[in-house]
Amino acid sequence: MSAAAPARKSAGPSLGRARSRRRLHILLLCALGVGAAAALSLTAFQDNLVFFQSPSDITRQAPPPGRAFRLGGLVEAGSVVRGEGPDGRPDISFRVTDTVATVPVTFSGVLPDLFREGQGVVTLGRMRPDGVFAATEVLARHDEAYMPPEVADALKRAGQWQPAQGAPPPAASWNTLHPEAPARGGS
Amino acid sequence: MDAAPTSTTLAGPPGRPSKGWHRFANPGRFLRLTDRLLPWLWGLALVALVGGGLWGLVWSPPDWQQGETVRILYVHVPMAWLAMGGYVALGALSVISLVWRHPLADIAARELSPVGALVGALCLASGSIWGRPMWGTWWVWDARLTSVLVLFFFWAGHAALSRAFEDPERGGRAAAILALAGLVNLPIVKFSVDWWNTLHQPASVTRLAAPGLHVDILYPLLACTVAFSLLFAAVVLARVRAAVMERRVRSLEMAAARRLDTAS
Repeated sequence: MSAAAPARKSAGPSLGRARSRRRLHILLLCALGVGAAAALSLTAFQDNLVFFQSPSDITRQAPPPGRAFRLGGLVEAGSVVRGEGPDGRPDISFRVTDTVATVPVTFSGVLPDLFREGQGVVTLGRMRPDGVFAATEVLARHDEAYMPPEVADALKRAGQWQPAQGAPPPAASWNTLHPEAPARGGS
Repeated sequence: MDAAPTSTTLAGPPGRPSKGWHRFANPGRFLRLTDRLLPWLWGLALVALVGGGLWGLVWSPPDWQQGETVRILYVHVPMAWLAMGGYVALGALSVISLVWRHPLADIAARELSPVGALVGALCLASGSIWGRPMWGTWWVWDARLTSVLVLFFFWAGHAALSRAFEDPERGGRAAAILALAGLVNLPIVKFSVDWWNTLHQPASVTRLAAPGLHVDILYPLLACTVAFSLLFAAVVLARVRAAVMERRVRSLEMAAARRLDTAS
């Protein structure tokens, strides 16, 4: 038993190891191929994967008239005008900006909870001949900032942030702030 | 049950000295190890779930503009991370299964994928419930949402394919190839919000600058992530244990049937 075992052992595992090494190499080769194919097709589809176009995109290259597309950007501060259409539905007009270019938008319908001046929005609609974007759908975007109301109030009081103007200041300046505690610096 | 035979398909060659990570892949050792580990894991998961749940639902503040809806985050984000992290584990198990043909890796992958599919579905559902009031829509076909849906299909596809063959070994191999093909999708899920503009917001926690969440929201989120991860691990390990024992029972029954055959 003890004499036969070593011979069998040295032959068995090394053959098995060679087989598994070959399988590993085949697998790595396949992974390389699939990865390259995915990377190539992703670069090829780059433009089609974009969910919305910015006002700058549209001024640079106007979309064909009458074609529906998505326009995204920030709701410009002071641009929201709420009215009522002839059918009694709310009628809203505002401007969407990416701080470089601005597009006027009209919409009649119910807005999402997060809609406000300074908020990111994505609107679906068509460009009218008069240069106004007639939206049939308005979605609000959320940014990557999450903070309690007291912190937001403190930032507003200290003059560090006007939500209507856009995104909050860098997170490091507020993400450990506790306004109930003795005031730090500023205000 | 104490005198489990060493000649089952799962026990591996008896008496062979086990070295390296193979040591933990021995089904017998796996059963003994998880027998001791699982009660602790269940207990820790329960404590963490109660603690994280209270922290997230009661003791944490609302968001300044989302209000109480922000609490969906404490389910949605851990589910998203688990669906992706679990998929990395599925990929590793698939490599082990294809290259070293280890049966325990096959069983573990088979038992992992339904749990992964459930977690992926919970991620999609909780995100949808958040999106309706916040964004104004249940669903959009942007790059993040679509790639997560694809991730869910890979999970569900693996669960189905690994059970679709009469011969579990062939099913395991086909499912492992599917799982490896799906690995391509993981960086797409992760970086979709950076590569393309999407309706979904960019990453808040895992970014180079400071996390975009206030600590009063970040800490309960991390607690809930730990809690759900423990629960995920416990559920998967319990399933793998059950599957290993099921196979042992089956091979014992077959051995008994053979003994009866030769005796008569």
